[in-house]
Amino acid sequence: MIPAQFEYVAPTTLEDALQALSEAGDAKIIAGGQSLLPVLRMRLNAPEVVIDLGRIESLRGVRDDGDAIVIGAMTRHADVLTDPLVRENAFVITKAVEVLADPQVRHRGTFGGALAHADPAGDLGAPALALDAEFVVAGQGGTRTVAAEDFFVDLFTTALEDTEILTEVRIPKRAGWGAHYEKFVRVAHQWPIVAVAAAVRVEGGTIAEARVGLTNMGSTPLRARAVEQALVGQPATDEAVRAAAASAAEGTNPPSDLNGDADYRRHLATVLTRRAVLAAAGA
Amino acid sequence: MTKITVTVDGASYTDDVEPRMLLVHYLRERLGKTGTVVGCDTSNCGACTVHLDGHSVKSCNVLAVQVDGGEVTTIEGLAHDGELHPMQSAFHECHALQCGFCTPGMIMQAIDVLNDNPKPTEKQIREGLEGNLCRCTGYHNIVRAVQTASGQESLPAAIEESA
Repeated sequence: MIPAQFEYVAPTTLEDALQALSEAGDAKIIAGGQSLLPVLRMRLNAPEVVIDLGRIESLRGVRDDGDAIVIGAMTRHADVLTDPLVRENAFVITKAVEVLADPQVRHRGTFGGALAHADPAGDLGAPALALDAEFVVAGQGGTRTVAAEDFFVDLFTTALEDTEILTEVRIPKRAGWGAHYEKFVRVAHQWPIVAVAAAVRVEGGTIAEARVGLTNMGSTPLRARAVEQALVGQPATDEAVRAAAASAAEGTNPPSDLNGDADYRRHLATVLTRRAVLAAAGA
Repeated sequence: MTKITVTVDGASYTDDVEPRMLLVHYLRERLGKTGTVVGCDTSNCGACTVHLDGHSVKSCNVLAVQVDGGEVTTIEGLAHDGELHPMQSAFHECHALQCGFCTPGMIMQAIDVLNDNPKPTEKQIREGLEGNLCRCTGYHNIVRAVQTASGQESLPAAIEESA
């Protein structure tokens, strides 16, 4: 299958990209293209203009910014996966990228592109939400910062305006936290039926802080706040974590599809939350 | 039309292409490099895997215009002077194929796996080949071929266990 015809622009600066975006009537941004190209090939979308961010070097790379790390939107998954700053300060991101799609897709796909695509079954939304990531968004009028919980609006819908570009994601440092991303799939290299991102800080065998994000339990990534609250002060044991994880599906609205109905997903959420938290706590 | 210059299997090409042209179609239809095949056309199967600037990619999921200035290696660029690449030899020796359709992509991805990790475990090989589907072999001999190419003894017992 071949995409419909489009005009192609490959600016080398963010300013030029924003300019092209504001001038184009019906444009799509291409980052790594690993989600967009299948959409274009199946003609689910047929934009007049495709703006490629691949030549803008300033959008690439991970940097230390004091109390946060900053991941450039065009940083490829494969580079996020091996980045020592990410591993040390946002380990749940490393764990999620490790099981995201397959090696070929990780070589092309980008951190910002995947988040801006906002697939509710995408692997990066729940970790970003759980870590209170901030999304730095550029428009012609300047830059604004959007909190993760405001960024994901609905299925494939974010707080990005048509004329804005996601440039980087700031993630508060959490060195010394344990983390795990527990992903449930039926076949290899697929989107999760449900997945759970867990990051915990354990002090002397007790869970001092916990953050839990859910993938594919609604139209956006979700925080399992009831679980987080129930975990604090508990010992990192199977019994205690199992009890806290029982409320993982509270307030969720999971889809029903060929992979499983909503009740099955609610059940999965509790099981996967227990596994993720226990693995994150090293128990 | 957009002008691109690409190095493919060591030779430089400059061409005008439609922006919507996929890399795999550019390789096959413009350059005649039909060794790289289109399998699923949905970026699932990995049969079209090539190396772009040293890393494996699915060439049905990359636009030719995105590759401007880049360097591509296809299955056709592996053998030199009639001498097969060690991974090609290993696939041959281990009979790592039946119908052969997945083989070009499987070999390109297997080389990428060893580039990242010269001595992978069987599990690491299987994970590294996760994005490549084979509908004939059950992967058994493919994994053996990668173990052989990595200079490690193949482990029939371990393979039996996981098969």
